[in-house]
Amino acid sequence: MHPLLLRIQHTFSVGVTNVSEWRGDVSVTVTRDKLREVAQFLRDDPGMDFDYIVHVSSVDWPDDEERFEVVWEFYSIRKRQRIRLKTRVPETDCVVDSLTDLWKGADFMEREVYDMMGIRFRNHPDLRRILMPDDYTEGYPLRKDFPLRGKGWRDTFDFLDEVPR
Amino acid sequence: MAFEDQRTTVYKVNPEHPESETLPTLRTEELLLNMGPQHPSTHGVLKVILELEGERLVKSTPVMGYLHRGVEKLAEDGTYHQFIPHTDRLDYVCAMYNNFAYCRAVEKLLNLQVPERAEYLRTIVAEVQRIIGHQFWLSAQALDIGAMTVFFYCFRDREILLDWFDELCGARLTTSWYRIGGVERDLTPALIDKLKQFLDYFPPKIDEYQVFLEKNRIWLGRTKGVAVISAEDAVNFGLSGPVLRGSGVDYDLRKYEPYGAYPKCEFSVPVGKNGDTYDRYWIRVMELYESVKIIRQCLEQMQEGPIMADAPSVTLPPKERVFTNLEAMIQQFKLFSQGFDAPPGEIYCGTEAHKGELGFHIVSTGGGKPYRLKIRAPSFIHMGAFDHMARGYMISDACTIFGTYDIVMGECDR
Repeated sequence: MHPLLLRIQHTFSVGVTNVSEWRGDVSVTVTRDKLREVAQFLRDDPGMDFDYIVHVSSVDWPDDEERFEVVWEFYSIRKRQRIRLKTRVPETDCVVDSLTDLWKGADFMEREVYDMMGIRFRNHPDLRRILMPDDYTEGYPLRKDFPLRGKGWRDTFDFLDEVPR
Repeated sequence: MAFEDQRTTVYKVNPEHPESETLPTLRTEELLLNMGPQHPSTHGVLKVILELEGERLVKSTPVMGYLHRGVEKLAEDGTYHQFIPHTDRLDYVCAMYNNFAYCRAVEKLLNLQVPERAEYLRTIVAEVQRIIGHQFWLSAQALDIGAMTVFFYCFRDREILLDWFDELCGARLTTSWYRIGGVERDLTPALIDKLKQFLDYFPPKIDEYQVFLEKNRIWLGRTKGVAVISAEDAVNFGLSGPVLRGSGVDYDLRKYEPYGAYPKCEFSVPVGKNGDTYDRYWIRVMELYESVKIIRQCLEQMQEGPIMADAPSVTLPPKERVFTNLEAMIQQFKLFSQGFDAPPGEIYCGTEAHKGELGFHIVSTGGGKPYRLKIRAPSFIHMGAFDHMARGYMISDACTIFGTYDIVMGECDR
């Protein structure tokens, strides 16, 4: 197993639900309540030293009990290593801790996840939609139950009648 | 104190209007100003709400999404091959590098090896695209700041390369030349000659661009010490590319996670010191020289060989065979209607585009379509640091900061 994963498993006996290494990508899944603790460890531990946030993503698994998966990707500038941190959230309680205070770059990335997937981030300083309009009412477009062509919001726009020439 | 005098003369008590006696205390309050969405220096449709104290920026809130087309949603509906033209429309001034980043990500998912000649071709064209990107950036940034001449000089040389692209793949901007497993077609001897000619022609022209700017007092005044970001903050915000290297952080995926033919080339990664706009400018200009070096070495080292991986279940057959050979036509038809069977799994693959780290996070559950495709767009992430970098500077510096990110809204909003 990858030394990073061994280290994480050794440090967190509970909370780490899955570790994997595939195509050279190292990935850790943690439970939601342990997320902050693990993230703090990833950033501050000298052996980890993940100071750079790469991106925040989300995946929708509609058939699973815990429907959404939030994915963080970190890089260490000094150690030149990557890690992926994942956690699962159920649809009924779609909230996860924000990591904005650890990595400031997480601000916009988490807003995008909220906008596209509807996952809320606890203690986020400014959780608003970022790419979709503020008055958008159709829901969250990247969820799997959202149709590709939208739900007809655009049909409600007032169009001007064509002016006869 | 000429300003003070003027103020007192304006508010001198006017005997005909006695109520003006109460005027001399000046009203001060913060002013909200909408910059954009149609401001020419926002490089597309971007609005920033600026809170001003006089001419100083107190807080700025970017409002994005005017160019949001739901590319990530569209990706889930098409096969892997069909997504390549969509990547052209992300960063539409540098389509080749987006193709490259995407194809690399899919190849990582499939664990597909690309033949050596294809790797060289990819690197050459990617570096040509980097030159175009930096020329475009330099011209736009100089224009934003008010130096018009550089714009014409850069575009004159950029035109040569765009014509070269046109000859290579039939399009100047939306190229779609990269394929999963290789490239669409080889460089012809005529194209190689033209590129060699350009490599001899170009380095003196870079000096020419610098002459316009590096002794220009206005340029220096408006770039040196403007939009400074420290190395810790730049890393913490997840900035990448020249914006991160300008703050003195040595982070270039071409060096540290080598791909393509980069490990076989010798080149240096310029790193700045001060983290200001001038350092980011300097880095990009130095990268122009480095790109020329890389292309030269690739052209020298490149050997004859196949340009597409030998994996018929994944890669497209050559176009001329599709029209003459039945099997090739069936292969092409199947790949476009059903796609290939990707293994289930999850990967992230980052590529050093000229703006920064362009990454694709792909989740596959098997089958011909990606289950989830997330694009890590450098422009979007750079906008996250806008407020931090703009705070305390003048309103006219806001344009400089858009420029220094090399922001393209197609990529930012996706």
